[in-house]
Amino acid sequence: MKTRIFTFFFILLLSILNVQVKGQEEHESHHDTASEHNEEEFDASSFILEHISDSHEWHILTKKNGEHVSIPLPVILYHKPTGLHFFFSNKIAHGHEYKGFKLGEGDYEGRIVAVNESGEVDIDNMPLDFSMTKTVMGMLGAAILGLWLFLALSRSYKKTGISHPKGIQGFLEPIILFVRDEMVIPNIGYKHHERFMPYLLSVFFFILINNIMGLIPFPPPFGANVTGNIAVTMTLALFSFVIIQISGTKGYWRHIFATPGVPFWLLPIMIVVEILGMIAKPFALMVRLFANITAGHIIVMSLLGLIFIFDSVAVAPVSIFFVLFMDCLELLVAFLQAYVFTLLSALFISLALVEEHH
Amino acid sequence: MTGTLAAIGASIAVIGAGLGIGRIGSSAMDAIARQPEAAVKIQLAMIISAALIEGVALFAVVVALIAD
Repeated sequence: MKTRIFTFFFILLLSILNVQVKGQEEHESHHDTASEHNEEEFDASSFILEHISDSHEWHILTKKNGEHVSIPLPVILYHKPTGLHFFFSNKIAHGHEYKGFKLGEGDYEGRIVAVNESGEVDIDNMPLDFSMTKTVMGMLGAAILGLWLFLALSRSYKKTGISHPKGIQGFLEPIILFVRDEMVIPNIGYKHHERFMPYLLSVFFFILINNIMGLIPFPPPFGANVTGNIAVTMTLALFSFVIIQISGTKGYWRHIFATPGVPFWLLPIMIVVEILGMIAKPFALMVRLFANITAGHIIVMSLLGLIFIFDSVAVAPVSIFFVLFMDCLELLVAFLQAYVFTLLSALFISLALVEEHH
Repeated sequence: MTGTLAAIGASIAVIGAGLGIGRIGSSAMDAIARQPEAAVKIQLAMIISAALIEGVALFAVVVALIAD
């Protein structure tokens, strides 16, 4: 009941954020008053990139006359001279300057920079950007969805007890048991698995829910490219890394710094190699998830962009058919990447829990 | 020019991934043909190995994207 109220207020908050109608961009130079549409060439790579990358506003649609309809998102900046700033991103939309901040261009494309009163000079102290960007809102949406699902699950268990599963239990219990019996226990073993189940289950469902939400284009908060953001996957890999190191036994550290059976003159190289291996494994986790999800989004965007490159409606059925096929593949990849991330995290944790053999 | 080189690099990585996943697929099919009862387990292992190899190929795509 409480989660339902909370969810309702969150959706209310999202809809109260004023839907800002942006003005037209400066591509007016080619405007032909005789024809219906703009004559500007379709830039495929920027079309793809702006749908994949993060942004300070949530772009909903572009009307025929070029006006953008988008939801402005909160911008939170920490600027060393002036302190903490909080405003909505419609204040700095399309090039405007607000309180000395504006969206950078050129080298600083996509970031918020601080400008002098005099001109366009960017100072040495760039503001630290803690904004709630599109990715953050997508993550929050996924978190709320996950919370709703799992709180409903725990409530239904409290009501019926561990009898035959009904309702949402029947949906989630097989997945949770799958994670436990196929991924965690075979690697970590029955003795220690309960310590790591919360983290591994959380990471599995976080990646799964965010992957799937990235595939659904509409309405917000769906359609945010969360796991295709390397900062997000880096954080997840960092969590795995920290948990692996924390749960390392003495045997684990001995393997790294004094691998048994290695002659002493080989030890310096072995230590470097082992430390590189220690870092490379979470690094691989990060890049694998990021690259798989981003590649999927780029493929879908490219196929949709074909319609605009050829500039004809006849391409649309073919293109949409391919997009549907790629979306099915992407669904498989969404599940698979969540599975592989969790499986490899469990595997690395099990490697860290190695007992001394003698 | 760097764009083309990056694209060529990515294509070479895709060749490696194609070869690797092709070998996985073929040995999986041989194994399923030998023992059809184990088909489900073999399919599971095949999908996991394909995902891992695809990860390696996508490392190369990421490097190509960065180098561009």
